[in-house]
Amino acid sequence: MRRAIAVNRFGLGSRPDDRIDDPRRWLLGQFDAFEPRPAPIAALADATTNMARYFDFVAARRQARAMQDAVTAPGVEPEVDAETVHDFVRDHARHIYADQAVARITQSLTAPAPFVERLVHFWANHFAVSIDRFSTLGIAGNLEFEAVRPHVLGRFSDMLLAVERHAAMLMYLDQFRSIGPESAAARRLAELRPEARGRGLNENLAREVLELHTLGVDGGYTQADVQELARALTGWTIVGQRPVGDAPRGSVLFRPLLHEPGERLLLGRRYAATGEAQSRAMLADLALHPATARHLATKLARHFVADDPPKPLVDRLAAAYSGSGGDLPTLYRVLIEAPEAWATPLAKFKSPWDWSISALRGVGLRSADRRAVRMVAEVGQPVWRPGSPAGWGDTAATWAGSDALMRRVEAAQQLAALIPVADARALAPLLFGGSVSPSTAAAIAGAESPAQATALLLVAPEFQRR
Amino acid sequence: MPTRRSLIVGAGAGALASLMPTLALAAPATERRFVFILLRGGMDGLNTVIPYADPAYAAARRQLAIDVGEGGGHKLDGQFALHPSLARTAALYGQGEAMAVHAVATPYRDRSHFDAQNLLETGGARPHLVRDGWLNRLLALLPDAGTRGVALSPALPLVAQGIVPVTTHAPSALPGASADLIARVGRLYADDALLQPLWAKAVEARGLDGSGAAAGLPVLAKLAAGFLAKADGARVAVIESDGWDTHAQQLIRHGIHLSHLDAALGALEDGLGAAWADTLVIAATEFGRTVAVNGTGGTDHGTASAVLLAGGAVRGGRVVADWPGLAPAALHEGRDLRPTTDLYALLAGALADHLALDREAAGRALFPGASIRPIEGLIRS
Repeated sequence: MRRAIAVNRFGLGSRPDDRIDDPRRWLLGQFDAFEPRPAPIAALADATTNMARYFDFVAARRQARAMQDAVTAPGVEPEVDAETVHDFVRDHARHIYADQAVARITQSLTAPAPFVERLVHFWANHFAVSIDRFSTLGIAGNLEFEAVRPHVLGRFSDMLLAVERHAAMLMYLDQFRSIGPESAAARRLAELRPEARGRGLNENLAREVLELHTLGVDGGYTQADVQELARALTGWTIVGQRPVGDAPRGSVLFRPLLHEPGERLLLGRRYAATGEAQSRAMLADLALHPATARHLATKLARHFVADDPPKPLVDRLAAAYSGSGGDLPTLYRVLIEAPEAWATPLAKFKSPWDWSISALRGVGLRSADRRAVRMVAEVGQPVWRPGSPAGWGDTAATWAGSDALMRRVEAAQQLAALIPVADARALAPLLFGGSVSPSTAAAIAGAESPAQATALLLVAPEFQRR
Repeated sequence: MPTRRSLIVGAGAGALASLMPTLALAAPATERRFVFILLRGGMDGLNTVIPYADPAYAAARRQLAIDVGEGGGHKLDGQFALHPSLARTAALYGQGEAMAVHAVATPYRDRSHFDAQNLLETGGARPHLVRDGWLNRLLALLPDAGTRGVALSPALPLVAQGIVPVTTHAPSALPGASADLIARVGRLYADDALLQPLWAKAVEARGLDGSGAAAGLPVLAKLAAGFLAKADGARVAVIESDGWDTHAQQLIRHGIHLSHLDAALGALEDGLGAAWADTLVIAATEFGRTVAVNGTGGTDHGTASAVLLAGGAVRGGRVVADWPGLAPAALHEGRDLRPTTDLYALLAGALADHLALDREAAGRALFPGASIRPIEGLIRS
């Protein structure tokens, strides 16, 4: 049973070719086996390249239509019309997205460190961007690949900084448009275009940093703290239609011109007017705040143990976080050593993503194509599309719906028709870790075809949980 | 004339209602239908039901202000107009089958989507206090509760979670499972306490569905109408809609979402046919948005918003608002439309009258811990 828990609860599900002798050592060994930049991901364009494609497209469109740029101050990007965005999505962004999602799934099927891959998905959901905002469509995967993967075995503070200044997050939560109301750019803009007066601060990113990414909603911050962090974050932007020195188009840049000048007060602490370093210092302090420790500990315990996480485990995780200065592997070791994490029966209802990936692994698939991306979406959890910055929910109540269950059965039927397992009776104990219930064994044994047996295996009660 | 301070929420009326004898909980199976449209993200009430006569509106909204003069909106009365995308809603308003209530909020006064939606869905006095949804508790008050609720979503939204089983249903592009496989899965789940009831609901719902169309609010509304129109079908439906969190480029995004909402109300009227006369639709959101435009052509999280009511059961053709005004001194915390009507009181009053429940008892069951006086007069008597 410990083997079943290691592969299903900590990992991404069994493969027919798994070789695991000691479950605990298998998990600990993954810290060395993890590949931050594996081949399927290394083959893709980075965020700067993808953003540059977007801005090149916009520039070509403007030239073709001989459009006049609206008058703006230096550092202030002209708006892009909806039709141009739509055409870029149709011709480019949706293909970039599909390639990124295929790479994510392929990596999940064959990775040498599936526990760490699960943690990558966990943190990418913690720092969720959602492709229903079209501006995020072509770079959502880049956030996970460039800001989460390199830091998943590092310190939370480094991941936090990498995420908040990544192009995908700056676009998704409108930070790239935010301008300090007293910044040089805002003052110049007001002179040039009096009607644009008031173009300035956007507090969207600052609020979600505090509420979702660090302290949590009950973390003790106020509206004034949101605004102070929003002011400090001004300056972070993306090089777009207007060139900035020799910074490449599409790259992320701190521009003092846009930054709100002055000292700031966040959670009772003063931050001197140090420009770019001001928000860095704030993020570093937020990362180590006790409320952040508790928030992250609760989410991790919920993901790995139970929808209502046991308080003693949350306490141990929070203490390990604070004691190690936010060292993530220290937290992961607490989870691996926690008796609560090895309890049976399997308490977590699989999310649609978990279910899809474990089904594809279960039938032995080694590489994905766009059909797999569609399958994950059809069962209810389209990749990088949670619909809100809070990310996907992580409890059975989120996922255990009657329609959602029917979709799994439909998807299992379709997958089994494409890749029927030769002998599902023999595969079942391997996937479930030795314990096949009599009713599941009877259903599989009595199936009318190998494909039907495979479908029943993939929707069995044991396979719906981790 | 604008309907100012037109709510009958005085203590006298409430006391009178509680003295009235009631047969509500013993009533036979209802013909009444209720559809709740949950607008996630914080819908901007000020550009949905536009207070065009408020002198502070145009100044505060600057480039987002909608000029209702030049065919830019549907004037409802001397004070309010509907957004230009809400043509069908405006027609319903003209028929007396739609209305708006403005400056409405739950008891929540902070600005987190997730806590605010938790209140909008649980009906608790504070976030995360109550674990099930008020719509589920409403179902428990209706006769024959088990067959009556449907959520047009792949999984059950919190508002419909609770002890009463609720069907979930959403369009799928997957090929349907074979009847044989469906029967075998039924046997496979027979002893699973979680999966068995879900599966029974799923099989029942698939029997009602003929569509494989793409999702979207109007499509979901059409499906909901199919469930509700049947004589022995569902009586309560919940539809979710997201994307209302318009921090940037609000003019375009808000307009597109409103056109979908408008088409959804039309799809409900068309699909329900004769049952529309017995229908109440309420579209509500977790909070409104700032009165002022932000720095990026959008608005940020605010407090009060507007609620739309539609259906033949509604005493429509009116805007009900104890209008607080948009002058800077009138705003909540200097930035938001000040709430003057409690969403819980609105929901409790409208639902109790619509479904022939005792107002006070319904209020206590749906919104425990919140001291409310259900609003009267929203439903045709």
